Order: sequence, then C-alpha cells, then structure tokens
Amino acid sequence: MSAPEQGTYSTAYQAGMREEMERDATVFVLGTDLYDRGGHFSQVNGLGERFGHDRIRDTPISEAAMVASGVGAALAGARPVVDLNFMDFAYGAMDELINQAAKIRYMWGRPVPLVVRASTGVAQGGAQHNNSLQTALMNVPGLAVVYPYRPWDVKGLLKSALRGEDPVVFMMHKMLTGARGPVGGPDELVPIGRARIARPGTDVTVVTYGYGVGLAEKAAETLSGQGVDVEVVDLRTLAPLDVDTVVGSVRRTGRAVVVDEAPHLAGPAAEIIATISDRAFWYLDQPVARVTGAHSPIPHSPVLVDALLPDLDVIVRTVRDVATAQGPVLDPAVGAGAAR
Amino acid sequence: MSTDDDQAGVLTAPAPSAAGPADLPADGPALRDWLGDMLLIRTFEETADGLALRGKVPGGMHPAIGQEAVAVGIARGLRDGDVVAGTHRSHHHALAKHLPPDAVMAELYGKRDGANGGRGGSMHLADFDRGLWGTNGIVGAGLGIALGGALGSSILRNGSVAVGLFGDGGANTGRTWEFVNLAAVWNLPLVVVCENNLYAVETASKSVTGGTSVAERAAGFGLPSHQVDGQDVLAVQVAVRAAADRARSGAGPTFLEMLTYRYKGHNSGEVVRYRTEDEVLQWRSSRDPVERFSARLTDAGLLTPEQLTDLADRARRTIDHAVTVAEESPWPDPSTAAGNVSAWSDSQGYTR
Repeated sequence: MSAPEQGTYSTAYQAGMREEMERDATVFVLGTDLYDRGGHFSQVNGLGERFGHDRIRDTPISEAAMVASGVGAALAGARPVVDLNFMDFAYGAMDELINQAAKIRYMWGRPVPLVVRASTGVAQGGAQHNNSLQTALMNVPGLAVVYPYRPWDVKGLLKSALRGEDPVVFMMHKMLTGARGPVGGPDELVPIGRARIARPGTDVTVVTYGYGVGLAEKAAETLSGQGVDVEVVDLRTLAPLDVDTVVGSVRRTGRAVVVDEAPHLAGPAAEIIATISDRAFWYLDQPVARVTGAHSPIPHSPVLVDALLPDLDVIVRTVRDVATAQGPVLDPAVGAGAAR
Repeated sequence: MSTDDDQAGVLTAPAPSAAGPADLPADGPALRDWLGDMLLIRTFEETADGLALRGKVPGGMHPAIGQEAVAVGIARGLRDGDVVAGTHRSHHHALAKHLPPDAVMAELYGKRDGANGGRGGSMHLADFDRGLWGTNGIVGAGLGIALGGALGSSILRNGSVAVGLFGDGGANTGRTWEFVNLAAVWNLPLVVVCENNLYAVETASKSVTGGTSVAERAAGFGLPSHQVDGQDVLAVQVAVRAAADRARSGAGPTFLEMLTYRYKGHNSGEVVRYRTEDEVLQWRSSRDPVERFSARLTDAGLLTPEQLTDLADRARRTIDHAVTVAEESPWPDPSTAAGNVSAWSDSQGYTR
C-alpha cells in the first residue's frame, strides 16, 4: 500500500470538493468570489474552470440569500455548499441558518442536506472577523458543527457532510490554511460526531479542537520531557459532541484540561467540563481546568491578540499543574481565560 | 391587469381596477371547485378563529379571512409539482394546496394527527408531497425557501416553479430584497408574491413604507412587477399562471403585489384600534372575494343558488369533521419530543 498523499488544510478541502462534485452532479458551491479567485482561502481554487459557473456559483454579498437559496435547493434534492468565506458573515444569515436550516427536519420531517463552510478562528483582522461562532452554533439543535485540525480530517469530514442528510457547519481555522499533512483517498470518510485520540497518554487528558490541537500536541511534547504523559483528544466535531471518547479518556487518566480559544463564558470548554462532571466525576483526581480565550473581542494589535489567547506556556503550566497536583491547588495557574 | 412579460422592470396596472376583469373561462365545474375551496377556507378560518378564542389553539393563530382569493388563485395558477412557501398567516395557502382540513385543524390543536404531528402549529404547516414548503413564522423567510426551491429546480432541471410569499410587513425587511435580487440576477423560476393586506401587525404599512408601492420598489430589481387585485380570484390565477409560464420557459422571476385585506386583527382575539370599523365594512361589502366570485359565476350562468348552498354545506360538513378529528386525536407521544432533530445526533443517541 502506497503512502497517503500530502496536502494542505486548504488543498485537502479542494480535493474533497472536486471528488465529491465529480461523484455527485447535484453538489454545487455558492458564495462570493469563488469562480475566479477560488474563494478567500483558495478553498475552491481551480474548481470554477473545472465545473463551470452553475456549480461554482458566484453570488452578491447577500448572506441571507446565500443560505436561504442553499436551504431551498437542498429541499429540492440538490446538495448545496454555501461558502461564506468568513464565519463572521453568518451573522447576516442567522435566521436562515438557525430558524430555517436547523429546524426543518424537526418541524416538517424533511432533511436539509446543506453544508455551510467558512474560515474562522482567531487570526489577524480585528474584532469583526475573529468571532468564535462555534459557541453559538453548537448550541443550536439541528446543526452539526465540525472543526477539523488535520488536512486528513478536512477532506474526510467534508465527504461525510456531503453524503449525509442534515445541515453541517464546516468551520476551518484560518491559521491552519497552509498546514500540511497526509490526505485520504476518494472514499476515506471521517465520521461526523467522532473525536480522535491525537496522542495517547496516561497521566492527563487535554481536550481541544481546531488550532488548539497543535498547541496541545506541542505542550505534550514539552511535558513528555518532564515526565508527564499527556493524552490529546481532538474533538473534530463540536456538535454532536463525542461524549464517549472524552469521558473514556478522562476515566483512564483521571485528570483533564480543556483548551479552547473561544471566549470563556458559556463556551465549548464549559460544556465539555460539564459533560466530564456528569460522566466522569468519580474518576477525577483533580478538578478539571480550562485554558480559554479571554471574554473579550479580538483587537487589532498582535500584542493585544496574544494576550487574550491560550498560549503554549500557559497550556504547559496548566496541564503540568493538573497532572502533578496531589491536593488542592490554592493559587492555580489554571483557568487562564477566567483569570484574565 | 397586464401580463406583458417583455418589459422587465416596468410597472404595469397600478390599481386593481385599472384593467378590466379577466375573461371568465366557461369551465363551470372547475370554477365552482375554486369557489368551493374559497368557501372551505372561509369556513375553516372562521371556525378556527372561534376555537382559538376558546383556547383550543395553543399560541393562537393569524386568520386569513378576506384573503381567500389570493391563495386559491395562486394554487390554481400552478401545476402539480410546483411549490408554495408561505408566511405566518397561511392557513389559506395550506388549504388551497389541498392539505386535508383534518390535518390542518389537528395541527393547530397540536395533536398527533396534525399535518406535522404537532411539531409545526399554525405558523409552521408543511406538506412537501402537496407542494407546501412550509408556512413560516419569520417575516420574509418563506420567500427565501422558495428562492432556494427555484434554484434547486434550475440546478436539477425538474421544471417546477416556486411561489414565495411575504406581506406588506415583509416588504420592509432587508432579506426580502436580497432574495428578489438574487432571483432576478440568476433568472430563477420564482414567482414573488407580496400579499399586501395593508397592515404589518398593527402598523399601517403606508406609514412605514417609502416609495409609491411595493410593486414599484420591486421593479427596480429588474424583473416584471405588477399589482394584482387580490380580491379577484381570477385576476390572481391569471397573473400567477402567466408568471409561472414565464418562469417555466426560462424567462425568470416575476413580482406580483396582491392587494388584499384581512377582516380580523393580526391574531385571533386582537382588539383592533388601528383602523376603523367603516374601513373593514367597506372591504367586506364591496370587495369580498367569495361574494364577488359567486356573484360573477351566478351572472355567467355557471352557478345556481342550489349549487352555492351545496358548496357552503359541504364546506361546513368538512370543517365540522376536521374539528371532530382535532378534538379526538390523541396528543403526540411526549417521549418523541426530542427525536428526529438531526441524523448526525440521533445516530449517536445524542439528544442534548
């Protein structure tokens, strides 16, 4: 068996989309600046020429109309992908996403096979292009929210989304756009709703997703030199949350830290910790800690941005504290987002 | 009214009375069938309104009494396989699309035998097999679903036409015009219908709407736009059929502003202070869509008093039966309340 192909986060998406469009003539993409530019993150680069204007369909800057037309086309039996470029632009289509796409199966028994893709996560661009919408969207019954870290998962999750029945919000972290890694073949699907153990370990579990996975893996590397064996869980999907994988890992290690760049209050980390409390409380040797984004908008200056986000040092310190503490930690370095 | 399709963007027939009435086809049975549907809607709505006041309809409802011709004219201007997506006030469209009255009434009650098993209710009725792609609780949203249906028709080349409805209130929400613009630039098989009943909840629309008319506003988006007498079922049917034919031929969307009137308040039981009783009486006495159409059929020799009585009796019996079904239907099983949210979550046994 030959080694898998290599690709980037972005080309993995391109390849997945190309293969699915070749496989299924009803798959099409709509959004702004797609045909010529290939999208703001090169996510459909080259697909315009390959598939034509009907299937790589440029739109006006009308997010409500983009998502609404996706919802209706999905109901008609097509497989639309609405590409918002930036997840932040979904605010212009919240009704279409939450009140229409997410509720139609429930109310009317008709699935809506719609994918809404967007780049997200904190990078440059200031307050209005760096929202963490995963917090709001994973709270919406009827929406699946995926948030891959590896190129492999980008491609495999896209394929699952395009072969499923229900709406999927496909979030891709901006900072990972050029990240490289192996990419699966035409029929290697990654199931939606399944986390993966990114790195096995025995002492402490770090639960995270998206850009946080790389940070957690680096922290684990650092800590392995200090005698702490860290298990990293890459959620891959935020909704539905893979409770079994998270809980299974925490029951084995007895200690857990959640790394999450979303603002602290009621963010994904809060739900993950509540789930651990529900299902693994009696297995815990220490309280669960979280390293999150501060409860703040994202500023312009890189120095200010860095001050708000989980960084490697804080993650290393927090994971070490949780992994090694034998009793109450009175002045913990944990919960960095809350402390700021 | 004019149905001149070639002058995209040109507003025609500014007032409902400006053009003469469309010629009445000689098909008596078909026209009596339309009248039967209108009587059925009138009877349903008057009955349901009364039931809502007695607390039988959880959350109440928005009666469409007075707007029957709009719904029947639209449904009769379409073919099987065409799609209608409605608003919060759309029992008339559901019934005109021939959802069984039993199922609609039971849905209003929130009962198991409702069209949507009690998950939808008065504002969220749907029956995809009958081409009702939902009535919609969010102003302007039904038009968006119809827009997408038209896009799907275009992508899948299935020959269907979609009708998207909104009201005069929806004419002032931004998304409506995103939808109209996209339908126009993509040349989609969509018929955009503004069901203008003059009031957005309790606000007189003329007091909050810039420009001379909604139809004129729409003309700026580069699609043919017409006002239609929404109290004349034949005028509605002719306009919709022409627009649907045009859409099916690949010539793109048409905008129709249907001038109509609701006799009741925004919702059942609303105390109406924002318009005069005289105004209501004037619409009822001079432009009632059911009376006008039955008079026209009678004048043309296509309807006898006995036939009219028979249609009214049949409507009464049908709705009485619907009430019985709704009353006797069991409640949905509470253990199913969180089911069928999404295959992604249900397959994991995950319901939170």
